[in-house]
Amino acid sequence: MSSPGDSDISRRAVLAAGGAPVAVAAAPGLASGQAASPETPIRVRISLSVNGQPRQAQVDLRTTLLDLLREHLKLTGTKKGCDHGQCGACTVIVEGRRINSCLSLAVMHQGQAVTTIEGLGAPDRLHPMQAAFIKHDGYQCGYCTPGQICSAVAVLEEIKQGLPSHVTADLNAPVEASDAELRERMSGNICRCGAYSNIQEAIREAAGRLT
Amino acid sequence: MKVFSYERARTPREAAAAAGKPGAKFIAGGTNLLDLMKLEIETPAHLVDVNGLELDRIEPTPGGGLRIGALVRNSDLAADRRVRRDYPVLSRALLAGASGQLRNKATTAGNLLQRTRCPYFYDPNQACNKRAPGSGCSAIGGITRQLAVVGSSAACIATHPSDMAVAMRVLDAQVETIQPDGQVRSLPIADFHRLPGTTPQIDTNLAPGELITAVTLPPPIGGEQSYTKVRDRASYAFALVSVAAVIQPDGRGRVAVGGVAHKPWRMEAADARLPEGAKAVAATLFETARPSEQNAFKVALAERTLAATLARSRVQA
Repeated sequence: MSSPGDSDISRRAVLAAGGAPVAVAAAPGLASGQAASPETPIRVRISLSVNGQPRQAQVDLRTTLLDLLREHLKLTGTKKGCDHGQCGACTVIVEGRRINSCLSLAVMHQGQAVTTIEGLGAPDRLHPMQAAFIKHDGYQCGYCTPGQICSAVAVLEEIKQGLPSHVTADLNAPVEASDAELRERMSGNICRCGAYSNIQEAIREAAGRLT
Repeated sequence: MKVFSYERARTPREAAAAAGKPGAKFIAGGTNLLDLMKLEIETPAHLVDVNGLELDRIEPTPGGGLRIGALVRNSDLAADRRVRRDYPVLSRALLAGASGQLRNKATTAGNLLQRTRCPYFYDPNQACNKRAPGSGCSAIGGITRQLAVVGSSAACIATHPSDMAVAMRVLDAQVETIQPDGQVRSLPIADFHRLPGTTPQIDTNLAPGELITAVTLPPPIGGEQSYTKVRDRASYAFALVSVAAVIQPDGRGRVAVGGVAHKPWRMEAADARLPEGAKAVAATLFETARPSEQNAFKVALAERTLAATLARSRVQA
């Protein structure tokens, strides 16, 4: 994992109230790190890698990774559903792991590598998971689909790495991509249209092709 | 979300010193804090990002236990080979909680520090002594099905939502911390979370700015270990009732119950009655229970979950 210090501000940087990022010289005691009551939004420069490309943006400190991707980098494939980490529509892969991008501040991802649905594939070169979702009609309205696909790609990787889940019978045995495992591991992605059975079929097919 | 300022701490001591100032809060995974900040239930003026602290390792202790860094992610802790082999109740509890996405981000310390999911705490239009001290408790007399049945007070009937903490309670974990003045200490998990009493706004016995650096597990105690969670959905839901158990071949053991109180609910006097069976254990655990009409089922459900746990351990033995 890359260090959060790989950024335009030092690890000791303190974003002072009402101003641009202020890099404070390393000194003990954090004299400049007071808990002020800032009223003016603070802006910060974010540098990270998105789908293999270096990207920068100047954003309000309160910007989530989701809003950075959608509103600033115009990568609108990642969707905002509940904005509270309950629906999974905002799922992206950061440093190889799926997370809810709505529950993370962009500033906490300085220097990290993010993969969104746009980075997995495109209409002329579909990721096998995307192709499987199309083949099995793994959606109706499609709004949850980018999150479902990012999550599913990461799920197969987690199974490949042997990471256990709630339904893994033996914690010390190899893990298989069974239907029960796929269902449990996808429980953080809600589909309001209820396309679950076709989503399951799609992931099962992709599991056969990818693992 | 209210405006805040932000810094990245470089050492645990710096972090504690920075967070000791009024209005400051630590942020690690952020999965609970950012949610509450969006709702303006939490309104920190300053965030101290602790993700750069090197507290993300799981290491053996000289005494034969395991020291879990505060920043170890829930998914990494659940998957750790030593935890799976020697402390399976902890792996099981972690895997029963949240979703894959959340477990990838949520940390060990953050899990302990998460706030209640009482719907009245989450709704700013309702009175809540935990959110707004002195405002009252709309939950009492309200919709109480999910809420506490034991250890509650006239001020608060919230539950602690963590699964992980219930397993840590049954394992007698220790919470290691550093204070803003640099002093370190170790609290038994039993004394970490508080009962609501008249100050439900205070969830734990940590001092302002005190930073959790690790959670230490004592040497493995063997036994048949399990975590049984009963909830409204098969996955991705908080517990109505959960039972963390370590049952030895002779029928002795330990149990802690989640979803019923403001903290993981364990009593040594109840553990001592395990050989007598679930009814005796539950009678002791819930002797002081004051459930509402809507959540009285939790007492019966906890007893049945205990009975299922004990039946399973007899089969295994």
